Amino acid sequence: MNYTVLIGGAAGQGMDTLSELLTKSLKRYGFFVFKHSDYMSRVRGGHNFIQIRFSDKPVYTYEENIDIIFALNKETIDLHKGRLKEDGIILADKEVSEENNILALDLEDTAKNAGNSRAMTSVGMGSIIKMLGLKSDKALKVMEDTLKESILDVNMNAFSKGYEMVEKRFNLDSMNDGRILIDGNTAVAMGAAAAGCRYYCGYPMTPSTTVLSNMEKWSHGLGIFTEQVEDEVAALNMALGASYAGVRAMTGSSGGGIALMSEALSLAGIIETPVVIINVQRPGPATGLPTRTEQADLRFVMHSGHGEFPRMVISLRNVEDAFYQTTRAFNLAEKYQIPVILLSDQYLADGATTTVPFDFKKVKIERFLHEEKLPEGRYKRYELTESGVSPRIIPGKFEDKVVLVDSDEHDEYGNITESAQVRKDMVDKRNKKGALLESEIQEPWLIGVESPENLIVCWGSVYGPVKEAIELLVEEEISIGALVYGDIYPFPIKLLQEKSKSAKRIIDIENNSTAQLDGLMRQFALIKSDIKILKYDGRAFSIDEVYRRLKEVIE
Amino acid sequence: MTCEYDLYDPSWCPGCGNYMIIKALKQALEELEIPSHMAVIVTGIGQAAKMPHYIAANGFNGLHGRALPPAIGIKLSNKDLTVIAESGDGDTYGEGGNHFIHTIRRNINIAHFVHDNQIYGLTKGQGSPTTAMGQVTTLQYDGVKVEPVKPLALSLTMGAGFVARGFSGDIPQLVELMKEAILYSGYAHLDIFQPCVVWNKVNTFQWYKDRVYKLPEDYDYTDFNAAYKKAMEFGDKIPTGILFKVEKETYEDRFEFIKNGPPLVDAELNPMDAEKLLNDFY
Amino acid sequence: MDYTILIGGAAGQGIETVVLLLEKTIKRSGYNVFTYKNYMSMVRGGHNFMQVRFSDKAISTYSTKVDMIFAMTAETVAFHKNNLKDGGLIILDENFHNEENFMHYPFQKLAKEIGNEKVVPTIGFGVIGRYFGLDKDIAINTLKETFKDKILQLNLEALDKGFDLTETNKQLDKREDKNIIINGNQALAMGAIAAGVKYYCGYPMTPSTSVMSYISGKSKEMGIVVDQIEDEVGALNMALGASYAGTRAMTGSSGGGFALMVEALSLAGILEQPVVVVNAQRPGPATGLSTRTEQADLRFVIHAGHGEFPRMVITLRNPEDSFYQAARAFNIAEKYQIPVILMTEEYLTDYMTTTKPFDFSKITIERNIAEPEEGNTERYKRYKYTETGVSPRLLPGKTKDTVVLVDSHEHNEYGNIDESIETRNSMMRKRMKKLDGLKDELMEPDQLGVDNPEILLVGFGATHGALADAVQRLSSEGMSVGALVYGDIWPFPDKLINSLGKNADKIITVEQNMTGQLESLILEKTRLQIYDRILKYDGRAINGDEIIHRLNAILES
Repeated sequence: MNYTVLIGGAAGQGMDTLSELLTKSLKRYGFFVFKHSDYMSRVRGGHNFIQIRFSDKPVYTYEENIDIIFALNKETIDLHKGRLKEDGIILADKEVSEENNILALDLEDTAKNAGNSRAMTSVGMGSIIKMLGLKSDKALKVMEDTLKESILDVNMNAFSKGYEMVEKRFNLDSMNDGRILIDGNTAVAMGAAAAGCRYYCGYPMTPSTTVLSNMEKWSHGLGIFTEQVEDEVAALNMALGASYAGVRAMTGSSGGGIALMSEALSLAGIIETPVVIINVQRPGPATGLPTRTEQADLRFVMHSGHGEFPRMVISLRNVEDAFYQTTRAFNLAEKYQIPVILLSDQYLADGATTTVPFDFKKVKIERFLHEEKLPEGRYKRYELTESGVSPRIIPGKFEDKVVLVDSDEHDEYGNITESAQVRKDMVDKRNKKGALLESEIQEPWLIGVESPENLIVCWGSVYGPVKEAIELLVEEEISIGALVYGDIYPFPIKLLQEKSKSAKRIIDIENNSTAQLDGLMRQFALIKSDIKILKYDGRAFSIDEVYRRLKEVIE
Repeated sequence: MTCEYDLYDPSWCPGCGNYMIIKALKQALEELEIPSHMAVIVTGIGQAAKMPHYIAANGFNGLHGRALPPAIGIKLSNKDLTVIAESGDGDTYGEGGNHFIHTIRRNINIAHFVHDNQIYGLTKGQGSPTTAMGQVTTLQYDGVKVEPVKPLALSLTMGAGFVARGFSGDIPQLVELMKEAILYSGYAHLDIFQPCVVWNKVNTFQWYKDRVYKLPEDYDYTDFNAAYKKAMEFGDKIPTGILFKVEKETYEDRFEFIKNGPPLVDAELNPMDAEKLLNDFY
Repeated sequence: MDYTILIGGAAGQGIETVVLLLEKTIKRSGYNVFTYKNYMSMVRGGHNFMQVRFSDKAISTYSTKVDMIFAMTAETVAFHKNNLKDGGLIILDENFHNEENFMHYPFQKLAKEIGNEKVVPTIGFGVIGRYFGLDKDIAINTLKETFKDKILQLNLEALDKGFDLTETNKQLDKREDKNIIINGNQALAMGAIAAGVKYYCGYPMTPSTSVMSYISGKSKEMGIVVDQIEDEVGALNMALGASYAGTRAMTGSSGGGFALMVEALSLAGILEQPVVVVNAQRPGPATGLSTRTEQADLRFVIHAGHGEFPRMVITLRNPEDSFYQAARAFNIAEKYQIPVILMTEEYLTDYMTTTKPFDFSKITIERNIAEPEEGNTERYKRYKYTETGVSPRLLPGKTKDTVVLVDSHEHNEYGNIDESIETRNSMMRKRMKKLDGLKDELMEPDQLGVDNPEILLVGFGATHGALADAVQRLSSEGMSVGALVYGDIWPFPDKLINSLGKNADKIITVEQNMTGQLESLILEKTRLQIYDRILKYDGRAINGDEIIHRLNAILES
């Protein structure tokens, strides 16, 4: 089984709450769920829609074909009816449309009778649950858990009326639940909380804001200082101050805000102060499409900041990956005293999906702080060592030892120097850390067949559609597989070199227009892709699109 | 444990006001008996911003215009540290103008010493945000064409609880002002006149000396309107001393877990403490 | 003949004065001059030095060995005496400790007699002038241009005393002088002025400041607004405003300030607003070494800004190149409605060299601003789809009943916000399409040395002079060596390197950075194998001597 419900309407019509309730309910009935939102950048009006896909098997992304459309306005029907499956159905208020193939219900009046016309979405939800053939208990429990008391009764009442209004259409049985339902940004924030982040600051910018708001929500319970600050320039400088003082610190934004952090990123590089930064990408340039998705900031974050210094860039592939990689990012940042940049995107950030609960016991906090007695004399914050990593202490924690960090080129104490030799030593020291870092990097995930003739390369959240498309193609006995990059800079080349040998063609799939990953492969492995499947219209790949475009190139 | 702050001899130009300011700063910290490992000097870039290199305190010498953001991060992470942000007029009021405004809004407990010589020193003589209109500089050949910032009036109107002005030519007063600023619970803004002997031939030591006068003993520094008047006085006479001082709740005290808990830096980190977050997602 | 004089001392001692007087006087005597400047980031104190090299032949870089050292501090002697050629000379004040081979002069005593200690540099200049047999009248004229009134009198007296202190050892005969003497930033600024820049704004940051101060000096005369503003975020946004309104606009900074412009660079990309931005590189990260040199911002500038949009990056190779490329940058920016970034570096911004006077008649100003269509009553489409991707650009306020809307969101042809898939795809393709035209404009790198060299050196920007020197000297010794020196670097011109690279035995990159950024571009764009690399990142400029030395070490290993 594999179903998709689409809810469409204008901003402000209550789609958010409805989709949240419905998604969570479907999860509680035991299904694997994937929620995908398509918002316009407006507070009110415009056309928004949300697709909830669910199955008895794991789902990784959205599909084009739809089983149920719940249309809150006429536009929804016009825009999406072409995607309805043969046995699919459109559900709408009778005021919206009474076309032939549409189940036009008396939603609004029913809601009014239940106590509030705004509860119309709950009437619809009741109808949907009934049509799917599910009992009402779990959905009602979700409403109880989620809605404020003041509106609970009205909505439960509305739900029941909607439930009674229609006939069963599909015959679904509930299954065992035990999974969590979470989106990418929440998983990142949770990873940061698990890793002991105690300082998060940022400036609101779609689609990164929910990392900030989650941290804010958990701030008091966990003792995490969270602040919405004056601008992104301040955000990274503050995080660096906090990290200098010994606290695990993080900031985040989307491309435009990350652009404003470029100078401070370079500061992090020279003061060798650990910090974690998340860039939740959206389509640029400049303001671009604020509520949509793209993977176009890879080269930008790899090279952002003047001068040369080691950094790590990790792209996040799904919500589980987002959680664990965020916790790992803090350890790597402190181990090598470098900035670590997490690359997410709007699609992953907002897409809620079911996943096995994160295992907090697996999370290790390794701070690599120097705690033993220090030698007599002034403390050398930038002591030259074999590894390039200097023993790091926290200011105020060692009597008679002070900690000096400096944005100028400096000597081992952190004092300004202009000596050519010290300059060279310090550049070499910092660069050594970059070389060491290469030993930490994880090779990409290999999915599909072991030695594919058709080798896909991709990174980050494209994982979902590629995974499902490959499954379909493997069923058709096509020799296909993919390398999905998570750690992406420094760039891991082993698996690519190995798999490219037996591959007949390399196919690069990216959510951008210039094939940035292909550039990395050429530069670091002297390997180029043969075919590029690129998408830069601001929307994420669906399984269908990846499948279709792969079929075209393979045949 | 030592409260000694001497380190290297600075290499500013002979006659530079910074020599007096660093002397006063060391004296203030020593008289307050703050152990050197508990004090942090945070600066941006410029001649004044070289301060951390010449004093035996913890130091964060960051980016131009950005002394305040790291100072905030440091104070919130470890409230036990004495945090002093220090930088020049261009650094603070120009490049860092936005941070200046918003730090005042926070009222975080840090002392902010602005070395104000009304010119850019390190980059060799361009006009700064406090350079007078019409003054000819190494860049503004035809004279500065914008009005100068009035730093004390700005911080007052933004709601700062401690606003003061000092002069590098009066060390005893400067030491007292610095001590008051450090002891003040909240954001303390101290603008310090200093001559730049190389690049500012207008606002010389003598220029300042001829103009500054101490606020009278009976001056009421809790009177906002009086303070505003004094903050706008910038002509033949310029007042020094504490223009305004009132008690206000600090930013960090508005966070219960910071106010009543140990410093954030001392929190025991354990991933399992956060596991409860999962409950909302089943 | 080929001589080098090193002048060293602390900041504030007047090194610049000696150098200025020497440069001008030697140049006016008809010789080629090249002054290499080495500053510390201090207003006073520290150790600074400058090397004035001069020759009757063309010179493009500084020389490691020097013929004479004028030491204003004992430290200068300690630092540099090993660089003295056999038979070289050190001159210093008699107060300093006495060692052989040094020439001691009563500089300070004489200055006191004259009544002003600040004339020591001029006495030194007199000594040097006499030693090299420079024409005293030319020296006097130089002084007259440099000083005024009473100070001039003091310095004329100082020159006399200096001339009297020594004998002529080398005779530099007067030759015809047709050159100008200029540094990279002055040349760049002059190029911008020639191209009709009318708006320059920026924030002081070494080593970019002198572009702004040069233009500021000509502001009144040329009618150019020069604005020192609150920060670099403001700078690029303001320049974009000026460009939108129709003036040729420019801003500049060094790496740290450029980092603050990154967001606005992306804005320039989507607005399709022409603008020229200078990044005068210095060693990073962060504050790094403020007064020294590096080429470490190449990848940063190529990829700065979120999202994908066309841009052009040009690295400047010498003052002459700086002049012509700066002027060309404005035409390209307006032709393709893109940001063009000029990359220079501290070494080039500061060194002074003689060069042929720039030919202003060669500069064309091509604004590519559209003529409004007669009788067209349709709403103006700022982002009209065209074959080239370039839309006809009108200026606000210049066409009756026509308004000009630019927008940082994804937009439709009118500039109105549009989120549709079709518009997004069309606009992305339109913007990226401009790259096709741009690629046809690219100038392949400057090729030095033999036609099909066995050893191919590859560099970019200001290492041009050092590479030219090294290639010329090695070729004359019979080595099959050549060099490609990139000026236009993004989009990356790949024709010449592909053809030469395939035939060369060894490709060796020469870069002033640690990670081999040009190499990474060559790998990415051509997948040619690089044999080895000569990298330098200690903040000092590489010269021909060092390239030869390190190349030999590579070839011998």
